[in-house]
Amino acid sequence: MPAEQPQEAAAPVEVQAEGEGEGKPKPKAKKEEDAPPRKNGLIETEYAKRGAHLDVQINPDQVVSAAEFLDGEGMTLEMVTGVDWIKENQFEVIYDYSYTGGQLLRVVVRARVDRNKPDIATVCHIFGGANWHERETWELLGINFVGHPQLEHFLLPEDADFFPLRKDFKP
Amino acid sequence: MSSLAQSQLRETFELNIGPQHPATHGVLRIKVVMDGEYIVRAEPILGYIHRMHEKMGENRTWNQFWPNMGRLDYLSAIAYNHCYACLVERAMGIEVPERAEYIRVITAELNRIQSHLLGFGAYIMDLGGFTPLMYAMDEREQILDLLESVTGSRLTYCYFRFGGVYNDIDDDFITGTRAFIKRFRPQIPMYHKLVTGNVILMDRLNGVGPISADLCRKYGATGPVLRGSGVNFDVRRNEPYGVYPELDFDIPVYHECDSMARYMVRMDEMVQSCRIIENALNKLPEGPVMAEKVPKALKPPKGDFHFAVEAARGTFSMRTVSDGTNTSYRMRLRSPTYSNVSLFEEASRGMLLSDALAFLGSLDPVIPEMDR
Amino acid sequence: MNELIRLLAYMLGIAAFLGLNLAYLGWVERKGAGHFQRRTGPKEVGPYGLLQPLADGLKLMSKQLVVPTNADRPLYMCAPILIMVPSVLLFVAIPFGEHLVPREFNFGLIMMFAFASMAGLSILIGGWGSGNKYSLIAGTRAVSQNVAYEIPMLITAINIVLITGSLDLNEIVRQQGSYIWNWNVFRLDKSILMPVSFLVFFICSLAETNRTPFDLGECEGELVAGYHTEYGGMGFGLFMMAEYANLVIGCSLTTVLFLGGWQCPFGLFPGPHWFLLKMYFLIWCFVWIRWTYPRTTFWGLLNLSWKYLIPFSLVNLLLTALFIKVF
Repeated sequence: MPAEQPQEAAAPVEVQAEGEGEGKPKPKAKKEEDAPPRKNGLIETEYAKRGAHLDVQINPDQVVSAAEFLDGEGMTLEMVTGVDWIKENQFEVIYDYSYTGGQLLRVVVRARVDRNKPDIATVCHIFGGANWHERETWELLGINFVGHPQLEHFLLPEDADFFPLRKDFKP
Repeated sequence: MSSLAQSQLRETFELNIGPQHPATHGVLRIKVVMDGEYIVRAEPILGYIHRMHEKMGENRTWNQFWPNMGRLDYLSAIAYNHCYACLVERAMGIEVPERAEYIRVITAELNRIQSHLLGFGAYIMDLGGFTPLMYAMDEREQILDLLESVTGSRLTYCYFRFGGVYNDIDDDFITGTRAFIKRFRPQIPMYHKLVTGNVILMDRLNGVGPISADLCRKYGATGPVLRGSGVNFDVRRNEPYGVYPELDFDIPVYHECDSMARYMVRMDEMVQSCRIIENALNKLPEGPVMAEKVPKALKPPKGDFHFAVEAARGTFSMRTVSDGTNTSYRMRLRSPTYSNVSLFEEASRGMLLSDALAFLGSLDPVIPEMDR
Repeated sequence: MNELIRLLAYMLGIAAFLGLNLAYLGWVERKGAGHFQRRTGPKEVGPYGLLQPLADGLKLMSKQLVVPTNADRPLYMCAPILIMVPSVLLFVAIPFGEHLVPREFNFGLIMMFAFASMAGLSILIGGWGSGNKYSLIAGTRAVSQNVAYEIPMLITAINIVLITGSLDLNEIVRQQGSYIWNWNVFRLDKSILMPVSFLVFFICSLAETNRTPFDLGECEGELVAGYHTEYGGMGFGLFMMAEYANLVIGCSLTTVLFLGGWQCPFGLFPGPHWFLLKMYFLIWCFVWIRWTYPRTTFWGLLNLSWKYLIPFSLVNLLLTALFIKVF
């Protein structure tokens, strides 16, 4: 549904403008997955292929301002996903935003944190629904959401001292 | 008495609702701090049947992950099949024959009716009326029989395949489905007469558990919960997949934001599902039900893919991160009830215990899907 | 000596009547529920499932008696027995037929209400003694419910006393003539609101016997099983049987007060058969209501009593008194 380009294009450019200084918008690279370190910035993805209209990579300290901006635009946080990129020694946190008020728009916001010190700010004071998603991500991957009100065990037993979704997890 | 003195006199106690409790539809536990019959804080605690489906997705090949899709939401498993099939088809670029798309929609909508029927019956049973459950079960059995004849299972379906469906539908199924719809249509007004019009029920549901559209947005609530709050959002319409754009149906929306609205959305959705099925049966084309060339060993390209469908309880979406091998690098399942129930804690503050449980029932949680 | 034999016979009779009723009302309820719900109900044990109560009883009796650790042992043990005692005792005053009364009191009605109010107490004892929060909540609910509904029930009964001028149950029946328009429900000459009084009394007896839609004491959707959550085996069985005993009592009382007891509706052959017919019809209505309606909330229940039934019955009492004085 890439019909509403003007409306959606307006949103993320601003994210970038307010979010960061150095990363320039580069919609040029659509198939650059082989080039490993993706630069921060915005990619307009093909919806039919990826399932998202916009793909934004930002610094971990910008997730809150991104969430605030998208909240102002009336978007919903659908889920929070953590990915363990063990080769690059990084965790990736993916925020899926979608717009439920009308014409569909899906925005993916991703941030990478260091695997040895996986701290990222919480957005659950902006989106209450992030609470459970972040808690789950912390529990399964060990990504520490700074400022989260209740990082306690949730799905796993209370005494679990492992992070099962980490790639170096041995059962 | 000043408010300070009152607060000192106030004595709260903790009540554990669940993990084994008739109102929680499974093994959900809710830790409730109560002041008399009022709820001070109700915190849902999950994980009693956590099975780590996401890790299984990383360990299994794409085809081996199929059975898991029937075991998330055991009540509307076909929608989950649909999501997974479409996700991998999107990643691999597989074209699905049109007949298969129609069959997918027909079975998914039958499954949705079945799920809403059980949701309706179980909800009224939460409120103390036992008979509607039996009526709903009676209809539901017919759907299960129909689906069993074509998919081979009654509950945990594993019917779809990448590139189509596993089994073509036959004339028996088509006539059976038509007969079922003919029989089922007049039942819904009967339910409304028996249940919805009841003074006691209206008293229990009207105005109970109000959740605003903004609260739904903040918590990512979807499905009947969102549509009961006046937001016209349905993945089938707003982000169409399969052949839904070619079928005509309405999205029932209610603006009352209370439990009654959510209940009515479900009831109306059953009627709309009937419409979709009839429509799809009329348009059902001939042809194969599986794509010609689906590789045995699936290796989607690198990158991440996302797909969302409208399951019976809301938006079910999957995000997979593929690293180009025959397994997923990361499989993320976004279950609708997980988000729907997450607003329970905020919305139930200050409610009466019986109202809170009526409210919880109107969210229609299915626990295996929340726990994954 | 004669009197002793008579008493003994009545004791045996009541025990048999009660035992049969308690066993088979459960069967009636299940069979009724089955037919309301498009299924057959019990049918495996004996013809039409008629031996089902026997099998149930055997099962309940063979179960181990488990006392929870947190329970207050003496209270926990005595609650099921306490709840049965008044139910059995109340049968003493019920006039089954003109000459078929175990004992004719001239204060039968008062005795009825006095003992009936003990049921709430035993439920509270059971709820408190179980040491379970669900049971406790259910116990407190049951007590406030019983208190709330006893008031309109009593006031409505006083209407009858005003009309008949007697507290003797048999006398009340006798005064209702042998035709249907002489029954207290239709005594419009005494008070035009009599049919409504009957309705109020009926609703109150639904609430007093803890039946749906007023079974807040054991609403399984919220409180698991209410005050008998922690009871198993015969403890649970006694609670169950007490519920049916109260059902029989409540329906008998309604029959006696409003539906002319053992009187025939059209003047032919008055006798116990009419009493039983009317009583079982009311019981059937109870079953019918139970399997049709959902449950009210606790708030709705108390509101109904304190805001509608009590004011109404007070006004009704005044009206009746006025009618009797004027006409």
